[in-house]
Amino acid sequence: MQWETVIGLEVHVQLATRSKIFSGASTAFGAEPNSQACAVDLGMPGVLPVLNEAAVAMAVQFGLGIHAEIPEVSVFDRKNYFYPDLPKGYQTSQMYHPIVGPGEVEITLDDGSTKAIRVHHAHLEEDAGKSLHEDFHGMTGIDLNRAGTPLLEIVSEPDMRSAKEAAAYLKAIHSIVTYLGISDGNMAEGSMRCDVNVSVRPKGQEAFGTRAEIKNVNSFRFVERAIAFEVERQIELLEDGGEVVQETRLFDPERDETRSMRTKEQANDYRYFPCPDLLPVVLDRAYVDHLRDNLPELPADKRARFQEALGLSAYDAGVLSASRDMAEFFEAVKDVCGDAKLAANWVQGELSGALNREGLPIQDSPVSAQQLGELVARVKDETINGKAAKQVFQALWNGEGESADAVIEAKGLKQVTDTGAIEAMIDQVIADSPAQVAQYRDAEPDKRGKMIGYFVGQVMKASRGTANPQQVNALLKEKLDALC
Amino acid sequence: MALEHADVLRAAHLARLGLNDDEAAHYLDDLGRILAMVDQLQTLDTEGVAPLAHPLETTQRLRADEVTEPDQRETFQRCAPAVEQGLYLVPRVVE
Amino acid sequence: MHDKTLTELAASLAAGEFSSRELTESLLARIERLDGEINSFITVTPEQALAAADAADAARARGEAGPLTGLPLALKDIFCTTGVKTSAGSRMLDNFVAPYDATVVEKLNAAGTVSLGKTNMDEFAMGSSNENSFFGPVKNPWDGAAVPGGSSGGSAAAVAAGLVPATMGTDTGGSIRQPAAFCGITGLKPTYGRVSRYGIIAYASSLDQAGPMARTAEDCAHLLGAIAGHDLRDSTSVARGVPDYTAELDAPLAGLKIGLPKEYFGEGLDPEVESAVREAIRVYESLGATVREVSLPHTHFAIPAYYVIAPAEASSNLARYDGVRFGHRCEAPTDLTDLYLRSRAEGFGEEVKRRILMGTHTLSEGFFDAYYKKAQQVRRLIRQDFLDAFDEVDVLMGPASPTPAFDLGAKKDPVSMYLQDIYTIAINLAGIPGISVPAGFAGGRPVGLQILGTHFAEARLLNVAHQFQQATGWHLRRPALAEESL
Repeated sequence: MQWETVIGLEVHVQLATRSKIFSGASTAFGAEPNSQACAVDLGMPGVLPVLNEAAVAMAVQFGLGIHAEIPEVSVFDRKNYFYPDLPKGYQTSQMYHPIVGPGEVEITLDDGSTKAIRVHHAHLEEDAGKSLHEDFHGMTGIDLNRAGTPLLEIVSEPDMRSAKEAAAYLKAIHSIVTYLGISDGNMAEGSMRCDVNVSVRPKGQEAFGTRAEIKNVNSFRFVERAIAFEVERQIELLEDGGEVVQETRLFDPERDETRSMRTKEQANDYRYFPCPDLLPVVLDRAYVDHLRDNLPELPADKRARFQEALGLSAYDAGVLSASRDMAEFFEAVKDVCGDAKLAANWVQGELSGALNREGLPIQDSPVSAQQLGELVARVKDETINGKAAKQVFQALWNGEGESADAVIEAKGLKQVTDTGAIEAMIDQVIADSPAQVAQYRDAEPDKRGKMIGYFVGQVMKASRGTANPQQVNALLKEKLDALC
Repeated sequence: MALEHADVLRAAHLARLGLNDDEAAHYLDDLGRILAMVDQLQTLDTEGVAPLAHPLETTQRLRADEVTEPDQRETFQRCAPAVEQGLYLVPRVVE
Repeated sequence: MHDKTLTELAASLAAGEFSSRELTESLLARIERLDGEINSFITVTPEQALAAADAADAARARGEAGPLTGLPLALKDIFCTTGVKTSAGSRMLDNFVAPYDATVVEKLNAAGTVSLGKTNMDEFAMGSSNENSFFGPVKNPWDGAAVPGGSSGGSAAAVAAGLVPATMGTDTGGSIRQPAAFCGITGLKPTYGRVSRYGIIAYASSLDQAGPMARTAEDCAHLLGAIAGHDLRDSTSVARGVPDYTAELDAPLAGLKIGLPKEYFGEGLDPEVESAVREAIRVYESLGATVREVSLPHTHFAIPAYYVIAPAEASSNLARYDGVRFGHRCEAPTDLTDLYLRSRAEGFGEEVKRRILMGTHTLSEGFFDAYYKKAQQVRRLIRQDFLDAFDEVDVLMGPASPTPAFDLGAKKDPVSMYLQDIYTIAINLAGIPGISVPAGFAGGRPVGLQILGTHFAEARLLNVAHQFQQATGWHLRRPALAEESL
């Protein structure tokens, strides 16, 4: 039987606020345990939550970024359950009236085609603390620093049909939230976490199969692997005449498998009800409009502009718009050098190669966009040739010079375009290479083209790489042919 | 709506309240009578009436995103039953 | 000194008749001598009180005294106080010392008042008799066999016994007004949102409100002015200016339109209570007020609605008491579930458990719409009843409770206890202010007249109550116990 995979994602994004969603405690990562858990985060008796304006603004920005409806009123509810990392015995969330309504995220597939994935809604909620299972005399330690960190939970429709689509969706969300600057998107630190709902159904069948929810899949790679395993497991189960159980499963990246989380004796009943300590959040139109007007250009728009206005290929536009840092760097290089295609080539070629080798993110590049832009400008105006440009880049990368011009000057890499000077070098090379000149002369005219390479190499060497290769070529041909 | 023994046990479980059998029977009796009183609500037609969550229908005020709370771990943990290395201790949590 | 009102004491302190230290010492001695029997205090804090009194005296000497500087009072043990145990009347918090002050406490401290300690209460403010306290019941100073009312029973009894001129209470369904009525003192529940709830241990967040309990409306006016106002730490506190609540106290009542809700004079009302209240209404007529009957048609749905909403909120508010970060923790828990089950079973008393179970049940799957949503719809209808009535009249009047204080142990059945609050509970659902003032006696026990106003009409209520106290002497009556001087 042919099976079709159906996937929906719930992505939890930690918002990059300074303070927590309902308290003035810091959200900074990596502090001493419980040093950033204030009375409100600890659920101490009598203390009360007050909503953080930045968390609201960020949620709305996300909503605008996915062209979602922004309802005028949203309401916080309490989700009641006991767990040691949940200090109040409830999580403040939004069950019935989320801050962001239905929207859409465009994903790009490997073949360059795009697909729209619908977002059901996105809501604000507070993160829980962490349980540390190291052994404290058989006890578990609870760190509540993370408790109260604002989360935006983005719930997709079950619109994805493959692990690759799911990964592409996750990347698209990552790119939107980092573009907006509403999250650092750091999956290793848990700033973005993902629950995956997976089911399979016979191809052509309308009704969804029973789904399993895979919790806490926390990297792009794991999403693909967890789905791949889960799909295989479900298909095998069904083909063997079994049934998929609706349950929560955990992905184990070490064994590359998902496994059932022990189902607690009774199903959870979260007893959602409106939080009486918080009032309805009402967003007036002017506020939303203000946020909309100040929204940065988002990846999909940027990609389109790179293609249409800058004439880049779909591939280049996709790569250069994938992250805000990359796009900003590219645009800065382009603005300095005035040539989008050259800038694109350099950012994706020499720069990306060097960054990859060193494992550096583009924002930590030793060569600044200004420096690279000036370097590309010198290539464009033919001050230096391509070979010299690579030398200049390497020098800038190594910190041997403030600017491309300074390096060119210091290393004498300025391209020689003076015909007289080039001719003098050519004459010298011809004089020094009687055997090669003889071979050239004796060769069939249509073979001579290849043989000219030797002379070009010698001339370039004599010029220490600074001679204009096109000029060298043309002049050499002229002079050698004259000898024939 | 009639209340059953299982409802009391279920509520006690959700609320993590330890009850012995006698207590469960006692609360079943009490809650049954309270619910009978509460059930008067069902005689009232509330079709089309919007639920009222707060007596004053005002809206949420937002606070500026500023870190205002310093580290007070030691103070807060003074009233904690069990802490070690700054962590609150609970019996081993099995995932 | 113990027989003076707060306002009189303020005048005496200002006139230098005695110092705050002398006053504080005298009241601490009274507490020491009399409270063993009444049990109105959970914690007395002589050291802190004397230090605060000395600071107040020093401020006065520097010419920096405000109107409340050096005045003694006590706080219901539900207001968090730095360095002093805050138990909420529960074993769960018997060991809890808050690292912060409630906003009300902060404001009272800033005003220079002197707290003598923390008063007894029904556990987590759940009760109408103060019998649900882990620290034992409180006796009504008028009659040792009677309850003082609840949940702010200790606060009311302490004032009635002359142990302290004023206390702070909280009122979720009548917890200021009913004990004030039972103990023959004046108690004001302000509009929901008028006083910050920050640092007040929550029972039912959409109903809880703090307010003053004292001998007179004038005393309450001074205190409300000190504690009211917007608090950035409480999202439900209202950003609205605080008027001088004493400014209108003397305004004449001619033309005042009083409404008598007919539902508040029906079946179950003790005839002596009714006649005391009717007599009080006649006093108002003599002051120039007009009286008419009005209807609050959904009155009888208030208790059912309350016993859905309040326990539901409480079941969630009290989930934080899990034996992990503060409060009672059972001995040697075997696993996490055992930690929860036993810590909570041991820490909470019977009424608290009853309401937690009730609230958990009504919020659970399959019941939510029938109970919680329905109760919230009814809540809107109840509030509308009041808003409609206030289109017609300025204030509503009636009894604060259908009976005078009942005997300790008399109400064993929770439902009969709940029904006691028939005249007070709807006020919290609607969020409007209400005040109970002494208006006579029934069977030798005090009767309270309840006066209700529309949202933020506290100044009007205090004016109406004060004028009654200018015309009558009920609020000056003292139980024999309080007549005793040292």
